[in-house]
Amino acid sequence: MNDERQSQPDSRGHFGEFGGSFVSETLMHALDELREAYGRWRLDDEFVQRMDTDLAHYVGRPSPIYYAQRYSEAAGGAKIYLKREDLNHTGAHKINNTMGQGLLAHYMGKQRVIAETGAGQHGVATATVAARLDQSCRVYMGDVDIHRQAINVFRMRLLGAEVSGVSSGSATLKDALNEAMRDWVTNIDDTFYIIGTVAGPHPYPEMVRDFNAVVGREARRQMLQLCDQLPDALVACVGGGSNAIGLFHPFLNDEDVKMFGVEAAGRGLETGEHAASLCAGRPGILHGCRTYLLDDNAGQIRHTHSVSAGLDYPGVGPEHAWLKDSGRADYVSVTDEEALQAFHQLTRLEGIMPALESSHALAYGFKLAASMRPDQRVLINLSGRGDKDVQTVAEIEGLSL
Amino acid sequence: MNQRISARFDTARQSGRKLLIPFITAGDPDPAWTVPVMHALVSAGADLLELGVPFSDPMADGPVIQLASERAIEKNVTLGGVLDMVRLFRQTDSDTPVVLMGYMNPVERYGRTRFPADAADAGVDGLLLVDCPPVERDDLGSAMDEAGLDGICLVAPTTTRDRVKDIAGVARGFIYYVSLKGITGAGQLELPELSEPVKQIREFSDLPVAVGFGIKNAETAVKVAVHADAVVIGSALVEALAEAESSAQACALATAFVAPVRESLDNMG
Ligand SMILES: Cc1ncc(COP(=O)(O)O)c(C=O)c1O
Repeated sequence: MNDERQSQPDSRGHFGEFGGSFVSETLMHALDELREAYGRWRLDDEFVQRMDTDLAHYVGRPSPIYYAQRYSEAAGGAKIYLKREDLNHTGAHKINNTMGQGLLAHYMGKQRVIAETGAGQHGVATATVAARLDQSCRVYMGDVDIHRQAINVFRMRLLGAEVSGVSSGSATLKDALNEAMRDWVTNIDDTFYIIGTVAGPHPYPEMVRDFNAVVGREARRQMLQLCDQLPDALVACVGGGSNAIGLFHPFLNDEDVKMFGVEAAGRGLETGEHAASLCAGRPGILHGCRTYLLDDNAGQIRHTHSVSAGLDYPGVGPEHAWLKDSGRADYVSVTDEEALQAFHQLTRLEGIMPALESSHALAYGFKLAASMRPDQRVLINLSGRGDKDVQTVAEIEGLSL
Repeated sequence: MNQRISARFDTARQSGRKLLIPFITAGDPDPAWTVPVMHALVSAGADLLELGVPFSDPMADGPVIQLASERAIEKNVTLGGVLDMVRLFRQTDSDTPVVLMGYMNPVERYGRTRFPADAADAGVDGLLLVDCPPVERDDLGSAMDEAGLDGICLVAPTTTRDRVKDIAGVARGFIYYVSLKGITGAGQLELPELSEPVKQIREFSDLPVAVGFGIKNAETAVKVAVHADAVVIGSALVEALAEAESSAQACALATAFVAPVRESLDNMG
């Protein structure tokens, strides 16, 4: 059972009944090539060493673990620790993955990279890596997100990326992903598609997890060093699920460590205006894999809502679907309002301004800690910093900057 | 093996006729016009009909079919509704094969094992699921076989020889060769190389080969038909129909689009 947990997926990319490669025939060979290249380079000494060096000197890893004393005291229960992915170069965990995929594209001889982005963090992280590796870069972004993450759009352009607005469907992350896939089938020979989360067809869920698992490996070691013990619970927000799986995966066999993935409840699960596919969805097929998703009775994908662009997605990575059904991890949700409150609270108590995505994890982690004993520990993945969200928060509060 | 599809290709093979397969999005521009348009297409010389099942996230489709799908969804066209259209069509046409083309999730929601029997019962002959390669079919494949519903497979310019061989092993009805690397409706200046890829398919399969993606008019249809048993025309027709303001006008546009293509195919000599 234990071994089974960490050795997912199978050779065809299945996590139990989830995952797989549900894509058009034109992409099948490209996915085979990618699987093969990834399988080869992940074990290559030079590739691994270059990754390690870049993560240390360019990204700034390891990211610290910070004991948030005042935040913990406010909760009045367990001690709260933060894994500071917000301190990474470009401001979020997303760079762990783009460093890996960008380098893989380089080794595969692909001169052009494309990406989809919601909050813009993955787009910025992709544009950053592309600039450094001299790759041409195009990022697809829903028109709604272009508006609410304007600062990141400008950052991408400064980095030399072309940002293409997507107006189809709900004009958010899912539609950007569709458009990136369309670009990929059209330019399959010279283009590498850097998917930004643990969704999509095999091998993406596995590969993106592996590149983000550095978060959990470090955190496990750091907690042991710092406290002589593993944390009692891990908490991370779940959009597609990359920061969460990155933290969870190295702990899967630590039976005593509970895991909580926090989805966006938007205006409340009961309103239907949310993005909580694990909490309120059902298994189906979207963007190349079988997973939990939000759809109507005819199988049309529903429009979602979250104050945070990075969580505003109707699907979720297939490994989370599998962890949910197997009971190893719990999935919960937090509303826009609760997330905004956590955003302000952490900013004021600790002088750390979290991303709105991460604020979902903070809001739940705070409640969880409050229900626990003072000798227990909760580790929250602070997946990104909030600079990009300042404008959104100001707008909600009726201010124009 | 579906009888209507094999019979249609057998007859055509004997007489040297090239099959013409128009694609329309079911329910666009108006759900009530779809069946009349299907009949008009047949009268104008279509041999087999491909009906697109609208999906909210059509990853393999270009803007024309994306918009057609969005319009149809707005008019509440569902997979069950598409079966009703085929049932109605069958009341007066029991010979022309109908193939549904779409994406997995609506089928999944309908019920993966229930759908093939219901579709066959409505008069559907084949099913082409764009985002479901043969390896992911699971019990859907056997359910289709049991129902007598042909699982149509795609082959693309990127498909390797080994994959062509595997696909040939599970394909039913005909093999659909996607002529270009790209999405439906993509524009291209020159017609892609077809003789080698089609030859490779024929090496592994006796099934007829249809070619689609990027065929816009009589001229391109004829060039493609030199290599293929059938040509599929989709986006250009969907775009033409979008102009219609009534059922009669939609039928007239369908006829005006298809008739000249039929004539050119018949005059290939
Ligand atoms: C800071 C931050 N956290 C979390 C996410 C959500 O993605 P994932 O669930 O893949 O970690 C995003 C996505 O843009 C993000 O920018």
